[in-house]
Amino acid sequence: MNSMIKNLLFKIFAISCLGLTLLVLVILFIGTLYTAWPRLSGSFLTHVYSRNPEHAGIYASLMASFWLMGLSILMAVPIGTGAGIYMEEYLRKNRWSQILEANIINLAGIPPVIYGILGLELVTQFFHSDFTMVAGAFVLSLMVLPSIIVNTRESFRSVPPSLKAASIALGASKWQTIERVILPYAFRSLVAGVLKAIARVAGTTAPLLIMGGLAYIPFAPSHLNDPFTALPVQIFDWILKPKNEFSANAAAAILILLCITVPLNLLSLRIRKVVQGGSRSDLPLG
Amino acid sequence: MEKIKEKIIAAFLFLCAILTIAVTVGMIAVLGFESIAFFRTVSWPAFFFSQEWTPFFAERKFGILPLFSGSLLVAVLALILAIPAGFSIAVYLSEYAKPALLVRFRSLLELLSSIPTVVYGFFALFFVTPFLVKIIPGLQGMNALSPALIMGIMLIPYFTFLCEEALAEVPGSFRQASYALGCNKLETAFRIVVPAARPGLIFAILVSASRAMGETMIVAIAAGQATGIELNPLHPVETLSTYMIHISSGDLPLNSLGFKTIFAVGFMLFLFTFFLNSIAYYIKKRFTSRKTHHSFFTSV
Repeated sequence: MNSMIKNLLFKIFAISCLGLTLLVLVILFIGTLYTAWPRLSGSFLTHVYSRNPEHAGIYASLMASFWLMGLSILMAVPIGTGAGIYMEEYLRKNRWSQILEANIINLAGIPPVIYGILGLELVTQFFHSDFTMVAGAFVLSLMVLPSIIVNTRESFRSVPPSLKAASIALGASKWQTIERVILPYAFRSLVAGVLKAIARVAGTTAPLLIMGGLAYIPFAPSHLNDPFTALPVQIFDWILKPKNEFSANAAAAILILLCITVPLNLLSLRIRKVVQGGSRSDLPLG
Repeated sequence: MEKIKEKIIAAFLFLCAILTIAVTVGMIAVLGFESIAFFRTVSWPAFFFSQEWTPFFAERKFGILPLFSGSLLVAVLALILAIPAGFSIAVYLSEYAKPALLVRFRSLLELLSSIPTVVYGFFALFFVTPFLVKIIPGLQGMNALSPALIMGIMLIPYFTFLCEEALAEVPGSFRQASYALGCNKLETAFRIVVPAARPGLIFAILVSASRAMGETMIVAIAAGQATGIELNPLHPVETLSTYMIHISSGDLPLNSLGFKTIFAVGFMLFLFTFFLNSIAYYIKKRFTSRKTHHSFFTSV
């Protein structure tokens, strides 16, 4: 009898933890929507930086974020996939492979803010340049590299070994097997990982702030070497404005940011569900 | 011709893998060299043991303890909220809920852990702090409590996800054996499944702790600034990560000693999170690579 009561109490506790967490999040999102309401209009998307909160918009920072997403993925995907393929298909198990693996695990766990410090030093000491689009995208691509590598390896592991064996038996070389058998098979779950990485790039703030991303730039970048303010950095700036007038701008920009990251993540989850029947993936640590 | 192509591709893939080592080496080199430069002007006992952090006052003091205690205070409060809640939710989802429900919630948890942290920072400053100010007398506008609560909320999906993963690795035969012996769900969950999943659960705690220590935006937005060791959650605190944000958003010259501090502080944060992550992965690898009954026999 006693154990049945305990059983029930635990159930009630666990469900209320789950329910409360979700309830709090729902209330917070409704609050954000309510705060953002006065700013939700077309002009918020088309206007640029302004000192008047009602005229300020996110056009420049939104464009900058799109650039960052594209550029950093262009850099991270070939290198991350390449490193993943190397570790999964070419690397023999030895001391060197252990070092590589431990290194990826370590990189995945480094707080994003530290990547900003690396980027800051690269920009100021080595390239003696300003904080430009390429520099920002480069640092963000390093940040998402570990998750792309881990995802590549898992996608490759999901390919049935018999397919690989069949390809080798038919006389295909190693790369031919990878290119024509494994990559097509693993393609969708590779895409799922990349979509998650894009969403992470869109939402990352700290490294850009460290590198000096908080600037007032009233135009959308059109060039790789243009200075920029990304959308999350713009949000941070509006949140910390001493007057509360900008809170509506921050809330509205948050909704726009979520309109980018949530669909990307949903799509990624959807693809992975189709591919692996709802199997688990690795969460990024950052 | 084919052979040359194969070799070139293999070389390219090898270079990609080497690049990941280069990132780590570069990071340690940057943080290390700049920290050495910093320690030429500031003695290390003053850095590690001084209890004040006032790099911009007339009398400059560089004691890391206030920043470290700030990070620790916020992280511990957040974990106090996230660990019991996340653990119970994970046990419930893994042992009680129907498999279809579990799959849905797994997706939901993953989706929730992908929300950008600057969004959580907004929640802390604009919703949680005003609410707390109303119910707690003496609470300051910037405080450790509000970001800690929101960080706890942020960590719950993440921690639940990791715990659930650990519980799911326990073989179903353990549960069946337990039911066959007449245990109910609660007894099976807490006396059989949870102990068997212990390494994975410890991994989840350590990795979440590392994430809480390194978490930047929530604290940078809602925790304020401080110069001394502050253990009262109702007061503002400064953490390792927020200090770096505050300095780089200011307009210090790049070569000043004040600016160099961010490298020393960054190095400390790097080492601490590296330490936590390494222990976490060691425990996971050491204790879960072998099947549980094997390790039982080899350890006897």
